[in-house]
Amino acid sequence: MNITDRPAVSIDPKLLEILVCPLTKSTLEYDAGKQELISRGAKLAYPIRDGIPIMLPEEARRLD
Amino acid sequence: MPHPVIFDRKLLRARRARAGGRDPATFLIERAADDLAGRLSAILRKFDIAADLGTPTDAVRVALAGSVGAIVAVDPVVAHLKGARLAVAADEEALPFRDGSLDLVVSALALQFVNDLPGTLIQIRRALRPDGLLLAAMIGGDSLTELREAFAQAEAEVDGCVSPRVAPFADLRDIGALLQRAGFALPVTDVDRVTVRYASPLALMHDLRSMGAANALTERRRAPLRRATLRRLIEIYAERFSDPDGRVRATFEIVWLSGWAPHESQQKPLAPGSAKTRLADALRTREIPAGEKAGN
Repeated sequence: MNITDRPAVSIDPKLLEILVCPLTKSTLEYDAGKQELISRGAKLAYPIRDGIPIMLPEEARRLD
Repeated sequence: MPHPVIFDRKLLRARRARAGGRDPATFLIERAADDLAGRLSAILRKFDIAADLGTPTDAVRVALAGSVGAIVAVDPVVAHLKGARLAVAADEEALPFRDGSLDLVVSALALQFVNDLPGTLIQIRRALRPDGLLLAAMIGGDSLTELREAFAQAEAEVDGCVSPRVAPFADLRDIGALLQRAGFALPVTDVDRVTVRYASPLALMHDLRSMGAANALTERRRAPLRRATLRRLIEIYAERFSDPDGRVRATFEIVWLSGWAPHESQQKPLAPGSAKTRLADALRTREIPAGEKAGN
């Protein structure tokens, strides 16, 4: 039985190493549960959909 | 200084997304991808991690599979990333790569739609490791001059005014200068001129649309193209740019650009004044001192 919320496709660790926030070029925090990459500097959470990080500010969730 | 906003990138993204669903006119992309693989095979270096910026199809990834360790597909349209093993949705104008994280950046026929090419080139150079390579092909130079000319003439005759219809393309020399300004070492540019023959100007326009390359200029006229203008455009195009067999010509210039992220192992020019041999001796000629004009 599958009881975890683990997504079917998770992000490749190689991508986590090379990605930064496209606006601030600063390091991102990976939220595995929410499948988001968080940029504290830009106050944005970039979604990861089907293992693809969506590094588009207009698609990101605003953090307050 | 803010750069001019030439392209409506949002509209462009919508166009590119729509083009992906149709049968794309991919011959130019495939030509560029094959060429890219050939150019890369001449470089005796192993590239571990590469990014493919905005190439509208998987042609480059397919052509380079095997010769490059891993290729990250980068495109603002998520649908274009399907099938890529490594993919990131991002805009070419705001790259999400850590400084010095990539060995190679490749791109085929995408960078012509970037508003801020100097900014994009700087971001690419910074994302590259020292001695990392940028190798890209973009539509440039005198591409689509025939369409530009025919459109201007038809609009002037029928509508009494001329609006921007064909994108401005970067000039070969300008691109070379931009590479240098962005801090690339050993920058090289060259042009692959392709003449495509179409059954009619409409077939050309259909192809452009299926490449996602219909007019996305910010200053474009918002009113739809009038039928009379289109009819006149087709007449003018056929009059001026057709071959004896009735087919019309369209010029595409694929501008190739390459440059390396600087590294101490690369060749550099010597400091001025450090020469050990006189140029005149090498040329076996008489040295004419400065101030004296040759031929006087």
